[in-house]
Amino acid sequence: MISHFWTMVLFAAFVSVVFAVLLRDAPREQVKTGGLMLLAFVAVAYVLAWLLYPLPL
Amino acid sequence: MVTKSTAAERTRASTEPGVLALVIVLAWLVPGAGHLWQGRRQKGVIFLLALPLMFVTGLLLGGRLFPLQLSEPLVFLGAIADRGIGLPFLIARFMEAGAGLVTAVSYEYGNTFLMTAGLLNFLVILDAYDIAVGRK
Repeated sequence: MISHFWTMVLFAAFVSVVFAVLLRDAPREQVKTGGLMLLAFVAVAYVLAWLLYPLPL
Repeated sequence: MVTKSTAAERTRASTEPGVLALVIVLAWLVPGAGHLWQGRRQKGVIFLLALPLMFVTGLLLGGRLFPLQLSEPLVFLGAIADRGIGLPFLIARFMEAGAGLVTAVSYEYGNTFLMTAGLLNFLVILDAYDIAVGRK
């Protein structure tokens, strides 16, 4: 069983790959867009997680 | 004499309504098949690998394949999303997979993977349609 974090990274990776291939035609551009998208997904999720951490949910 | 049709010829031919419908059905049934059929091999192969793999990951995480229940609108929407993946969904149903393990920690993750795989395939179908009508 993988952790919550790595499950989220795996999800972000799948979505990034599909969106990058849909949006770009050149393989080099696809890799660049996919990489940036993956980083953005993970960074936003990480920041949101820390912002929500003190809330009593 | 029989000649092989090229990808360009297939793209031109695909503006016919019957062929367009075939592209849509093919793209729904097998993720990436609409692209492969139109000669977009690289994109087709990536979709063919990534989307079913995402769907299988959802099943392994204990996600549920929702039934088509109109009485529960959110379940109904989830069911539509699940069915977007095409053949992998039908195979999973045939194998009686996707019962969903509500007590599993990863249950909601599984559902998210399953539904997102289907929704992403809807986008892939639209992309294949755009290619077929010459927009891309």
